[in-house]
Amino acid sequence: MADDAQQESVITDEMRNQIGIEGAETVSELTTTSVRMFARSVGYVDPVFYDLDLAEERGYRGLPAPPGYLGTPIFNPAESDPTFGGRRGGGGFRSPYPLVLNGGTDVEYFDEPICSGDVLTSRTKLESLNERWSGALGVPMLIQVSATTYTNQDGRVVAISRGTGISYPRSGD
Amino acid sequence: MAEQHYFEDFDEGDSIPSLEKNPTSQQLVQWAAGSGDFYQIHYDTRYAQDTGLDDIIVHGALKHAFLGELLWRFAGPEGQVKRVQCAYRGMDPAVQGKDDLVDRKFVLEGKVTRKYSEGEKNYLELAIQGVRADGSISTPGVGIVTLPSRA
Repeated sequence: MADDAQQESVITDEMRNQIGIEGAETVSELTTTSVRMFARSVGYVDPVFYDLDLAEERGYRGLPAPPGYLGTPIFNPAESDPTFGGRRGGGGFRSPYPLVLNGGTDVEYFDEPICSGDVLTSRTKLESLNERWSGALGVPMLIQVSATTYTNQDGRVVAISRGTGISYPRSGD
Repeated sequence: MAEQHYFEDFDEGDSIPSLEKNPTSQQLVQWAAGSGDFYQIHYDTRYAQDTGLDDIIVHGALKHAFLGELLWRFAGPEGQVKRVQCAYRGMDPAVQGKDDLVDRKFVLEGKVTRKYSEGEKNYLELAIQGVRADGSISTPGVGIVTLPSRA
């Protein structure tokens, strides 16, 4: 595309060198309140997300986590991102573009359910970096795919999440 | 509670029960609290417009969670959701005001694309999608669930 050819790559060798390297550990908690809040925010009416006795009757250790909920990172003002709550600069590098959009999400779950009371440890690895032109926004985009592995307090991998992040400049920058 | 579905009752090409959502600005604020994502393009119209958007937009991860709910309801108490994947191909403005309830409704749909068993587990793979009121698809993806057997 002509627009692609006109844009100089913003991907540096330093950024490419981050691919495949696992970032620092993040610890996330699931509480009964956080599970209920997540379920409420999606609009679930299944009582299993709200009633601990029912959840235990159905074989869960606590309230089950709705799909998409992988705990809440423990917030630390010194290290956490004030907007997104996770570790600041999560991918191990900073995009040169200030604006971000979520391009896609892929979560795979394993046999052990994720429940309130769990403490999940996760590490994120940058898998790829690519650039494209956005016809809709009229700006270049940097597309970053990262994989995060979540392990519970018993050392069992409970989920692997892949996220596609899209960053781009303000129009006219 | 959702009806329990069984592995034997679905074949490739079958649709699963759809789910309609109306992602209001209130829901987006609840999602911000529930997910921890407080990016202003989801609740501050002027901030969203400063970034080039027309309006506040539904969080991508909320649309992923809607697809997760579609699969959770289908899998029922005896099934499991094993995978929820989707791409965010377009932005969906939030519902603000009564007229938007029709114009900006968001429907989640799924269709069985593959049926298989591994060990004692019975899996269905589905093409899933989030569909706007005008019929366009903003959020296509893939889901995998296990279902119990009648056997």
